[in-house]
Amino acid sequence: MANQPQESNEARALEQQIAELQQAAESDEVSRAEMERLQAQLQSLRRKPSSKHNGAWDRVLLARHPSRPYTLDYIDLLFTDFTELHGDRRFGDDPAIVGGPARFEGKPVLVVGHQKGRDTKQKLARNFGMAKPEGYRKALRLMQLAAKFGLPIVTLVDTPAAYPGIGAEERGQAEAIAYNLKEIPKLRVPLLVIIHGEGGSGGALGIAVGDHVVMMANAVYSVIPPESCSSILWRDWDHKEEAASILKLTAEDLHGLGIVDEVAPEPPGGSHTDPKAAAELLRPVVRAGLSRLASLPAEQLVKRRHERLRRLATFIS
Amino acid sequence: MSWFHKEKQPLEAPKAKRVQTEGLWIKCENCKQPLWKKDLEANLFCCPKCNRHFRMTARDRLQMLFDEGVYTEHDQGIRSSDPLHFKDTKAYRDRLKKAQRETGLDDALLTGEGLLEGRRVIICAMEFQFISGSMGAAVGEKITRAIDRCIAGKLPLVIISCSAGARMMEGAVSLMQMAKVSAALARLEEARVPYISVLTDPTTGGVSASFAMLGDLNIAEPGALIGFAGPRVIEQTLRQKLPDGFQRSEFLLEHGMLDAIVPRKEQKGYVSRVLGLLAAPGASGEDPAS
Ligand SMILES: [Zn+2]
Repeated sequence: MANQPQESNEARALEQQIAELQQAAESDEVSRAEMERLQAQLQSLRRKPSSKHNGAWDRVLLARHPSRPYTLDYIDLLFTDFTELHGDRRFGDDPAIVGGPARFEGKPVLVVGHQKGRDTKQKLARNFGMAKPEGYRKALRLMQLAAKFGLPIVTLVDTPAAYPGIGAEERGQAEAIAYNLKEIPKLRVPLLVIIHGEGGSGGALGIAVGDHVVMMANAVYSVIPPESCSSILWRDWDHKEEAASILKLTAEDLHGLGIVDEVAPEPPGGSHTDPKAAAELLRPVVRAGLSRLASLPAEQLVKRRHERLRRLATFIS
Repeated sequence: MSWFHKEKQPLEAPKAKRVQTEGLWIKCENCKQPLWKKDLEANLFCCPKCNRHFRMTARDRLQMLFDEGVYTEHDQGIRSSDPLHFKDTKAYRDRLKKAQRETGLDDALLTGEGLLEGRRVIICAMEFQFISGSMGAAVGEKITRAIDRCIAGKLPLVIISCSAGARMMEGAVSLMQMAKVSAALARLEEARVPYISVLTDPTTGGVSASFAMLGDLNIAEPGALIGFAGPRVIEQTLRQKLPDGFQRSEFLLEHGMLDAIVPRKEQKGYVSRVLGLLAAPGASGEDPAS
């Protein structure tokens, strides 16, 4: 790669920053988080020369693995008293999004997320987890319900994309996602987001604005599917592995970029090998995330959320 | 149907139109009539024969809307840092340099502050010739700063969208700009400062699914392609031809997504009138409930 020397400069700079943070990190949570982020960045930087495509495509395949636990599996394994609520009160009920109040370790929360189908019939019924405007509007309705009654929100993200269909366009797919992006940040309750499978572009982001964003180790989060990226840049699908690599869509990549706050571990081989174990690995992450956010007054929570979004910037000025 | 085929936009802005405009004559893609280039320019880049709205540069947009074409540019020099070190058949860095050279801009958005029929406003205009007007961190940051200025100065905001969506070469960083800008618009809303979104051809993807659809008023130019998914993606997914006029301004108006379709020539007067109604002295910022 032509820009090798520049990358090692970057690695050296990162190492130095990490060293500087080390002492502060022992006592200060913010510094520790920043240090971990830089470490992840360094790790992802160093892996680049050794393996050409970073194993990113393998992650894409794991994230889409047909036996990977879906949102309702996690709801079943981690929550009790889940009471599914339907419909957007505008047009219809979108089975690609599920949600409702439930308990996590006894405490009421609202859980909402994309749902894929397991067998062919279910896949079709759930539209492969691709939500339509009514799905995004249902999600917001449920989130606003949660905010009304002070329930923290756990959002489970797993979608290839927002549905690209005629009806979805007629009913305002773009408006539905945009509106969520404006309204979700206003909610005066904690937002814990877990990207556990595919984070497919705006289709994922439409419900994934959060105070603390967790990505499972083999989940992916991308602005475009690697196949489409390949077909735009190379005019065929044969470069999807390379596209996956350059899009920086793995959990470590996104952690390094500061877009994701935490990477949650999976069982060896991936969550599909042992869904129960995957859920148990996620449990302490949900517990810690909720309890940390619960300690913040609503005012501060919303302020911090806006600051977090404001920081999502890397540019030269 | 012909316009759907035109959606095969290469990554760089198509040269064909510019090559044609190098001569004195240009052929209208819609009515196929030959047009004198000067006539087209004098007519705000709308076909004098069929009123087809041609694409305009960001500079021409600001020129057209600000009184005497006078404005102060804000946040110049904000450029992409290539956060992913993105390289496909070509390095993103080189694509950026090329776009910067060709457009004379730092990135795909220009912010100006000035007077519109005597009222001080901030206008952001997107530049399609800069990597299809795509939104990366520089565009996201510039819009967010424009919103911050509007909140601080109680200045109405106008954004003229012209974009294929999020910028692929900045990956999830560009995706996050959708959330960042939309959250900033929530703050603008709280400050009760009017925001008029002007959607032009084309406005799709991550731009339509964030700030372009979030105006107090969403207005569009006639015949503009506006949607979330591009028509080609939908055709490929559904394996069927799309109906005539699908995802055009008129279609969106009919489906309740737009407040109005405003021809370019009426745009300045329209925006001015609406701001006069919404942001009249004493009318904004008062909460009747408090
Ligand atoms: Zn014409």
